[in-house]
Amino acid sequence: MVSSRVVDVVVSLLLLALAALLGFDNWRTGASWDSTGPQAGYFPFYLSIILAAAAVYGLVKEGLARREPAAPFVEPEQFRRVLQVFLPTLAFCLVTEWLGLYVASFLLVAGFMMYVGRIAAWKSVLTAAIFVAAMFVTFDVAFDVIMPKGPVEAFFGR
Amino acid sequence: MEALGLLFYGFKVLLTWKILGLMMVGLVLGIFVGVLPGLGGPNGVAILLPLTFTMDPTSAIVMLSCIYWGALFGGAITSILFNIPGEAWSVATTFDGYPMAQQGKAAEALTAAFTSSFIGSLVAVMLITFLAPGIASFALRFGPPEFFAVYLLTFCSFVGLGREEKHKTIISMALGLLLAGVGMDTVSGQLRMTFGLNELLRGINFLVAVIGLFGISEILLTMEERLALRGHAAAISPRVVFKVWREMPRYWITLLRSSAIGCWLGITPGGAIAASFMGYNLAKRFSKDPESFGKGRIEGVFAPETAAHASGTSALLPMLALGIPGSGTAAILLGGLMVWGLNPGPLLFVEHKGFVWGLIASMYLGNVVGLVLVLTTVPLFAAVLRVPFAAIAPMIVVSCAIGAFAIQNAMFDIWLMLLFGVVGYVFKKISIPLAPFTLALVLGNRAEDAFRLSMIGGGGDLRVFWSNGLVGSITTLALLLLFWPLLSTAYAKLRPAR
Repeated sequence: MVSSRVVDVVVSLLLLALAALLGFDNWRTGASWDSTGPQAGYFPFYLSIILAAAAVYGLVKEGLARREPAAPFVEPEQFRRVLQVFLPTLAFCLVTEWLGLYVASFLLVAGFMMYVGRIAAWKSVLTAAIFVAAMFVTFDVAFDVIMPKGPVEAFFGR
Repeated sequence: MEALGLLFYGFKVLLTWKILGLMMVGLVLGIFVGVLPGLGGPNGVAILLPLTFTMDPTSAIVMLSCIYWGALFGGAITSILFNIPGEAWSVATTFDGYPMAQQGKAAEALTAAFTSSFIGSLVAVMLITFLAPGIASFALRFGPPEFFAVYLLTFCSFVGLGREEKHKTIISMALGLLLAGVGMDTVSGQLRMTFGLNELLRGINFLVAVIGLFGISEILLTMEERLALRGHAAAISPRVVFKVWREMPRYWITLLRSSAIGCWLGITPGGAIAASFMGYNLAKRFSKDPESFGKGRIEGVFAPETAAHASGTSALLPMLALGIPGSGTAAILLGGLMVWGLNPGPLLFVEHKGFVWGLIASMYLGNVVGLVLVLTTVPLFAAVLRVPFAAIAPMIVVSCAIGAFAIQNAMFDIWLMLLFGVVGYVFKKISIPLAPFTLALVLGNRAEDAFRLSMIGGGGDLRVFWSNGLVGSITTLALLLLFWPLLSTAYAKLRPAR
């Protein structure tokens, strides 16, 4: 299993890459001084340098650290549970894109309760329906905060 | 006393059925959010913020701050009954609170926690009432260099005083400041760091990031740990309440000490967590028998709770007076101010008296009502924890998505929220602190504007930050704090040599 230390190094490298990318972009935008004062890229350019420096410091420190056995970043069993919630959330975002938020929410709540929580189907479906209805009434009707909708809501004329 | 007159004016603003109703709704939602594992103060406020978009600013802030008070109260319920701190600052409460619950004294522990939270907040609110107007009117004289110096002080004190590894705090802060700069540059109108993506023109919204970083990542972490909830039942009877209240005056020194620590640490950023531990440790140190701490001593509940709440409340002082949030939640409230079209900073006290004093008055009222509410409804909220997590987790995910979408009506923001959720999960696991990131993201643009205006004013010379006594001393103090860890190690190494 991947150790915390490896993740630490990978994150530092990613941050370094991000700092280089943003630093370059800001340098292109203009990171110096013109007649009106500091250019648009001035402040963020120096920030990317600070970010890069801190990331490099982390890497060096990690490299110099004594090689005692590092704790695993996450146990396989734990990782499985994290995926159990992450993958449905990912699917939820995808479904929201084309079926609207309320349908996606219904599917997420009912599905999660049934398959992850192993709760009886009727309880799951009922809970999900009540929850989605409550959300719809609170946001769309009472507070006028309009959510993305899909064909199902269109069918009911909302 | 001018402040008292203004406070009465605040109560007048507050006493309408609509606002009082919203206060109750806020408190109940807040306790609910505080009790649920995987949610908490900042997440709750961030997720529920969209509800307030169509309200007027005063109703909105009253409801949101009541969510916050509610969450503070709610955190104590889980710490004592279930040994699960709902918030990092409730950790110290579990030390003596949970043993008390195990000994069948849950009701006493809860009463002690709620009452001491109430006292802590009350002291902090009084501090705000009498100090904030003065600080604000002093800050009205600030120019861009002074403001930048104060921002710098805030950032540096995170690095100097935080307990995390320094370079990780700096990474978190620099990343936040960089992401705050994405989008259109406010001074020149030029686009930066958008890489041709239209969705990035608006910039990265602070609240979207917060919902992902705190809400989604917390769900991932909670699933990973798979909390087995086994709690103690509790109902609070009036007899127990009065018994605890009669005992309380005996601990006045502890209460006072914790309030003072809390207020001090709340005003300087990064406070509540440190405050609760410090309150607890000092109470233990000054106690006649420190051995009895950790085994269910009521003083061990009083001390951290008073400090945590004094700190959580006084974190709003710099937010109101200077526009600089003293905590993650204060940062989100500050984000709210901008959404409602207010410009945070000392001018608030002049231009929006009703808003400011309504908020301050609501802190008094909200804490009184909150105290009564939690004392009477504990069994109800403790029952919430028996609802299976498999039902709560997807609902929290949906609430997060609704919150993220509603801020700018953008589907892109839901994806961004998911991304920040993963980032938050990884950062928490490798202990990169998230609070500096939050603060940097919300203050980034303002800090940059202040910096650039000062540089223009000073003709590009950094000496503008030492151009007068005030700005010079703030800047110097900031740099001292930044290099404090280095200085203190150097000092410690030099000393034995002498």
